[in-house]
Order: sequence, then structure tokens, then C-alpha cells
Amino acid sequence: MEAFEKLVRQYDRQVFRIAQHIVQNREDAEDVVQDAFLKAYEKLDQFQGNSKFYTWLVRIAVNEALMRLRKRRTGRMVSIDEDVETDEGSMPRDLADWSPDPEALYGQSEMAEILRKTIQGLPPGFRVVFALRDVEGLSTEETAETLGLSIPAVKSRLLRARLQLRERLSRYFKRRDQKQAQDGAK
Amino acid sequence: MTCTEFLAQLDEMLDQPVAAPLRADLEEHLRGCEHCEITLNTTRKTIEIYRSHEIYELPEDLRDRLHRAIRAKCRKC
Repeated sequence: MEAFEKLVRQYDRQVFRIAQHIVQNREDAEDVVQDAFLKAYEKLDQFQGNSKFYTWLVRIAVNEALMRLRKRRTGRMVSIDEDVETDEGSMPRDLADWSPDPEALYGQSEMAEILRKTIQGLPPGFRVVFALRDVEGLSTEETAETLGLSIPAVKSRLLRARLQLRERLSRYFKRRDQKQAQDGAK
Repeated sequence: MTCTEFLAQLDEMLDQPVAAPLRADLEEHLRGCEHCEITLNTTRKTIEIYRSHEIYELPEDLRDRLHRAIRAKCRKC
């Protein structure tokens, strides 16, 4: 039990973050963290040393989070295949450069709020791939294994997720630029 | 190389060192295409911003509460 508690302390932040990326709701994310660690504890004997404990735990947490999302949407099926056939972001439209650096324009909490709003608009199947690859730093292979997707599917979703986020952030940053220009003209 | 072909290789440019012949093609396209250069730079920046901001922080009080709940549940099973 003591050794397991050490694992909880080691990975709880990551599991919470992944859960939040998927369910987009703090109470559900709390439940996901509890249920994922409980399941991991119950199934510890099934854990095979050929995959890393962390990716095994992430797989449990992702499944719990998708189940939770499905419940919240009262029975509507939610899978990581949902809404991924969109054309949004497949060809970049907003092509203004980000200058000055957006990080110089916004405070930490304001930027975090923008990032939360932006990622919230992505389909769950894109959010989860982006979270695992770009935020948590899993490899393409680990992400594919964790989500039960092929490597080309992970790559394609990651590209679309990155381009959609870029497009959406561009719109935010442009609004700020326009507002500053208007304020300057007054 | 067209913009669509460049875009299909965008992840290669972002994620790993690209093999020399392909890199030369990509760089040549970039020199003549401001749109793709902006797309590459702003996509790279998008990833950097997400990596460097903790958007779903786990506060210590919630963390303690979760640990207690997990411990209690695990003891029962």
C-alpha cells in the first residue's frame, strides 16, 4: 500500500491533467483520478512489465474519462473517434504572424484561461491526442498504444489538433491586436 | 513542393530532425512561401505555449482530499 501511495503521489498531477483535458469539468476529473487509481490498484497483478506503469495508468485514466464524458452527455456515445472527420484546421486560414509575442501581451492567468477555452472547442479525440503527445510528452507509439489507435491515425489527429488550436489562438491574439489598435487610435 | 505537401510534413518539421533531402525541399518551399513559414512558426509557438502553461493545476487541498479518498477506497478492496 505504501509503495502504491508513492505511485499516486508521483502521477496524480498528470492523471488529473489528462482527465481535465478530456472531461473539461473539475468534479468529473476528480472522480476520474480516484477511479483510475482504484482500478490500477485492483489490477496491479495484471500489470505487465513490458509497458511502462505510467502508460498503463494513462490508458486506464483515458478510458475512465471517456466513460465519464459519455455519462455526462446522458447516454450519447462518446468515443475518441467522435467528430474527427471535420475539415476545420486542415488548411490554415488565419495567417497573420504573432507579433508581438502573445506571451508578452497576456498575464499568466489570462493566458491559461485563453488556452482552456481554446482547447475546450476541440473534439475529444483531438484533445486527448494533443494532451498525451504535446502536453504529457508521450511518444507517437505510446500514444497509439494507449488509445488503441494506429500510428498514422495518431499523427493525423495530432496535426489537425495542432492546426485547429493554432487557428483558434490566432483569432484570440488578433482580437487583442485590434483592440490595442483601436485604443491607440482613441 | 506545394503548400499542401508542405503541410503534410509539418509534424516532421516540428517533432524530429528531418532527413537531409526532405529538409532541403521543405526549406526551399519556406523561403518562397510566407504563409507556410507563418504556419510553421505559429504552430510551433502554439505547442510551446501549451507546454509552458499549467492550465489544469491540481491544488494542494484537492490533492490531499484525493489521496485520502484513494487510500480509503483501496483499503476496502
